[in-house]
Amino acid sequence: MPKQTTSLRTYALTRLALAVPMFLLLLTLVFLLMRVAPGDPISAALGGRLSQEELQIRREAAGYDRPLIVQYFEYLGDVATGDFGTTISDNRPVTGMIVQNGAATLELTMVAMLIAVLVGIGIGLVAGRYRDTPVDVVGRLFGIVIYAAPIFFLGFLAQLVFGKWLGWLPTSGRASPVVTFELNTPTNLFIVDALIAGDWAALSDILKHLVMPATTLGLVTGGIFIRLVRVNVLQTLQGDYIEAARARGLSERSVVFRHAFKNALVPVITVMGLQFALLLSGAVLTEQTFNWPGLGSELIRYLDNRDYIAVQGIITFFALVVVGMSLLIDFVNAWVDPRVRY
Amino acid sequence: MKTQRRGPQPAAGPTPPVRRAGLFGRMIAPVREASGLPKWILWAGIVITVIFVVLAVFAPLIAPFDFDQYRSVDGARFAKQAAPSSEHPFGTNVQSTDVLSRVIYGSRTALIVVLIAVAFAMMIGVPLGLISGYRGGRMDRVLLLIMDTLFAFPYLLLAIVIAFLLSESIGRGVMSAAISISVIYIPQYYRVVRNHVLSVREEPFVEAARAIGAKPRTIVRRYVFSNVVQSVPVIATLNAADAILTLAALGFLGYGIQPTEAAEWGYDIQRAIADAGAGIWWTGLFPGLAIVLLVTGLTLLGEGLNDVINPVLRRRRLKRVEIPVSEKTT
Repeated sequence: MPKQTTSLRTYALTRLALAVPMFLLLLTLVFLLMRVAPGDPISAALGGRLSQEELQIRREAAGYDRPLIVQYFEYLGDVATGDFGTTISDNRPVTGMIVQNGAATLELTMVAMLIAVLVGIGIGLVAGRYRDTPVDVVGRLFGIVIYAAPIFFLGFLAQLVFGKWLGWLPTSGRASPVVTFELNTPTNLFIVDALIAGDWAALSDILKHLVMPATTLGLVTGGIFIRLVRVNVLQTLQGDYIEAARARGLSERSVVFRHAFKNALVPVITVMGLQFALLLSGAVLTEQTFNWPGLGSELIRYLDNRDYIAVQGIITFFALVVVGMSLLIDFVNAWVDPRVRY
Repeated sequence: MKTQRRGPQPAAGPTPPVRRAGLFGRMIAPVREASGLPKWILWAGIVITVIFVVLAVFAPLIAPFDFDQYRSVDGARFAKQAAPSSEHPFGTNVQSTDVLSRVIYGSRTALIVVLIAVAFAMMIGVPLGLISGYRGGRMDRVLLLIMDTLFAFPYLLLAIVIAFLLSESIGRGVMSAAISISVIYIPQYYRVVRNHVLSVREEPFVEAARAIGAKPRTIVRRYVFSNVVQSVPVIATLNAADAILTLAALGFLGYGIQPTEAAEWGYDIQRAIADAGAGIWWTGLFPGLAIVLLVTGLTLLGEGLNDVINPVLRRRRLKRVEIPVSEKTT
């Protein structure tokens, strides 16, 4: 089918073209936000610790005495080349920091997403199928209550119960100090690293550390999926083609599984992609609660240190990820559902 | 399947006076018609929300102590991190303040901030959506792009950065928290209102108004607005629920309200995380439960309203049709 492949490619190109202004807008927003802050980055981070002359020298070296528009284009150029500068407070290359701490965030969010999808789709489908029965009420209530629980509150409870009272799980960090010290970490994804090294004791230690943060983040995100999936199942089950399938004498099982659930899940993909931004927000809170050394806790640390360069780098990176993710989701959607392409 | 006839009734006896429902009447009409599960959800939401409003309004009368009071009237300092007792039903925290009082005062902070934040977001988002949707054209496209961009960005990061910037200029108070939160919700009002306006704009009654020469201002104000405004209460309550969580998250991360200014649940939980390792549960449990309850209440309220107002999901109780017995048969 040559015609279809061209249309998919055209769609992808148009969509890509549409993402460019959005991305530029985000970058401009980040740049402006970081520049309306009182004082320049150098004196904000180091003011009080260095003399006026030294501050001035550093300012000129970093180019903060030039016009804003020049700085803006330089920033865009830096982003294009993937160079986010060096942090002011602890002299770390921002790109290296993003790679290192980003891996921790990636590991956390991926496992959390898996849990969220399992919980959300599972409960959502059942609740939607058995509308207004006790199953639906319980599923919906679970969704509402779990959504209402702040991540850090769930984390607090989990630390109290599983960390303190039962003593099953560690409450902070990615791994025990010994493991962090001994494990060779080429990918910075500790699970992968432990698998490569074939170190089962380390793997079990890493998984133990991961269980609480990932489940906490996953459950909260899954709570949102429950509502989405449920509403979609409800609307799909009212569709004419469902009635047609029933009229053709298909078994209820086949109607529900083959016709309703599949179609109900297509729009859910899109919304799950949108929830990715939400997952990132949740990750900041989870990392802060469980001392997880990811990008979120680094962001808060650098904010506290008024290190604008580091903050700007991290936020720019998040913006990149969000735009990339929304592109990816749209491509997947166009591929799954041809109607989207028109 | 019509249950009641619309239009002029056949003259059978004196016609009852036509009751004209005002805007408010039309808005609450679906609530009165609700039945079954949506009705229960709605009422549960109303009850929980009202309880918290009462706590917030009468906080000084209900709370046994002030939110930052760490010694009793006779000057004796409260015990630090004391377990719940008859004097302090929810115990005391690391700063020796009474947890119960902080929870009660916290509802006041939460509701004030959220009210201001939602009002701000509505005041900016709704008019922008109205104009953008009605006028269309280039302005509409640019606004849509900006709003979509804001919407796509992780909401908490946006709020943190703005709260951080505001804390450098106007300090960390109720106002700066409310502004940082409202920025997140503007795009939602904008989008819902704009999309709704796009469909209402093509309705015959709008065309009729245009045909009799109504000014665009009048059309937007009298015809479009009153039709679009129906969807706003649902978003507003759901946003309020979400805003409570955002406020708590800001407080938890240390970018909420200055602890000396007001009691705030998120900040209390942040202090309590360190307590968890020592097995001290009361400092975090009660503020957390307060958040869960209030957010659940508001969500139930919003979901109930949605079930009741949204015609797609709406299930009305169908009244039994009484077929009058024909007189000819006798």
